[in-house]
Amino acid sequence: MMIQLKIDGKNINARAGTPLMDVALENGVYIPALCYVKGQPCLGTCRVCSVKVGGVVAAACTVPVVHGMEVEVNEPEVTDMRKALVESLFAEGTHNCPSCEKSGRCDLQAVGYEVGMMVSRFEYRFTPRQRDYASEKILLERDRCIFCQRCVDFVRDEETGQKIFSISGRGANSRIEINAELANKMTSEQVTRAVNLCPVGTIVEKGVGFNEPIGKRKFEIKSVRERALAGDHK
Amino acid sequence: MSNHSVKQVNSAVNEIYSHDLPRTPVDAEFLASQEGKIKVSMIALVGCWGCTLSFLDMDERILNLLDKVTILRSSLTDVKRIPDRCVVGFVEGGVASEENIETLEHYRENCDILISVGACAVWGGVPSMRNLLPLSECLEEAYINSPTAVSGVIPIIPNHPDLTKVTTKVYPCHEVVKMDYFIPGCPPDGDAIFKVLDDLVNGRPVDLPTSINRYD
Repeated sequence: MMIQLKIDGKNINARAGTPLMDVALENGVYIPALCYVKGQPCLGTCRVCSVKVGGVVAAACTVPVVHGMEVEVNEPEVTDMRKALVESLFAEGTHNCPSCEKSGRCDLQAVGYEVGMMVSRFEYRFTPRQRDYASEKILLERDRCIFCQRCVDFVRDEETGQKIFSISGRGANSRIEINAELANKMTSEQVTRAVNLCPVGTIVEKGVGFNEPIGKRKFEIKSVRERALAGDHK
Repeated sequence: MSNHSVKQVNSAVNEIYSHDLPRTPVDAEFLASQEGKIKVSMIALVGCWGCTLSFLDMDERILNLLDKVTILRSSLTDVKRIPDRCVVGFVEGGVASEENIETLEHYRENCDILISVGACAVWGGVPSMRNLLPLSECLEEAYINSPTAVSGVIPIIPNHPDLTKVTTKVYPCHEVVKMDYFIPGCPPDGDAIFKVLDDLVNGRPVDLPTSINRYD
């Protein structure tokens, strides 16, 4: 059923129940996101897509559109909230872009540019975290994990459907874990997919790196905003 | 530019700084030509000078700016203190020693606008990788257990009183003094530094567009 809603004052027609995120992007309104993957079940973990729905803050990926909905995306308060969320991620982990292999094709970095982050308003924490080298094909850089859970939900063992990645601990002690035995059974295509799915540089493929020269990296060819608006989610 | 007079020196510790030494008077005609120009300078704390090279990457655009701007200090002129109050002060590098703190505080007191340039000044950058380890472990690795230690010599961690004390962690500049603007990047492009300086010189609000903002 087609319904009508308003995004930033603009009348928009959409199919009822479509995620607000998709509707906004299809109508040229960019909303940054770090955990949402189009066509996959919503995770709602990163909250970077926060917008105001009927004056209340909600994550755009979690909201199915209904008739008469009034959405504010580029409203000053919620725009600053999204920026603050991205800044908190940069302060919580150790996001050393100059030394990171994912730089230039990192969603977090690209979204940082889109929200106009120059510096984090939060204190940089420099929490020491152990890397995990156990798997033959994958290196886990825990410093950079933002706990989006994309890998936890969308990367699974092809035979059994078991999860390969998981999160242990709670709160500040949360840690991304890898089942090395299952990870060793991953095909090279599956490893590439997992690396690309990770919105930061936590899942790193061993034995390769720095393949694209500066200036020719993913988000330098086409920004994350242009990609999202064009429906290009690769 | 003022001529510094020789400061009262504590002869007991035989301590004298280059910025306290008398300076050759600057040519009066040159001084007159600099009258009314916006004073700009740049200092380097703990970093690699890459941001100074990016400053130079403004290339011939600096020449046009020089009608309105005069550069009192850069990392290429190794004066320890800026000779005059500045309107715009760029800082590259983070804070990793007592000397860095003194230099940055003096700079804050003597600049109207302070700008963090590059990853080290903005959040600590590469030097802050040592924040993940205790300082003692870093010093031991560098001086005691170093693979390049000279054999047959008892290794020590340098501790001469003239050496500045290293801080336990590396800090971004804005955690030590108030910073007004930030230009991320390792190093930022000359374009980014030019954009900010050009905005300030022409009285526009400082705006670093997404297209030239980068973190690496």
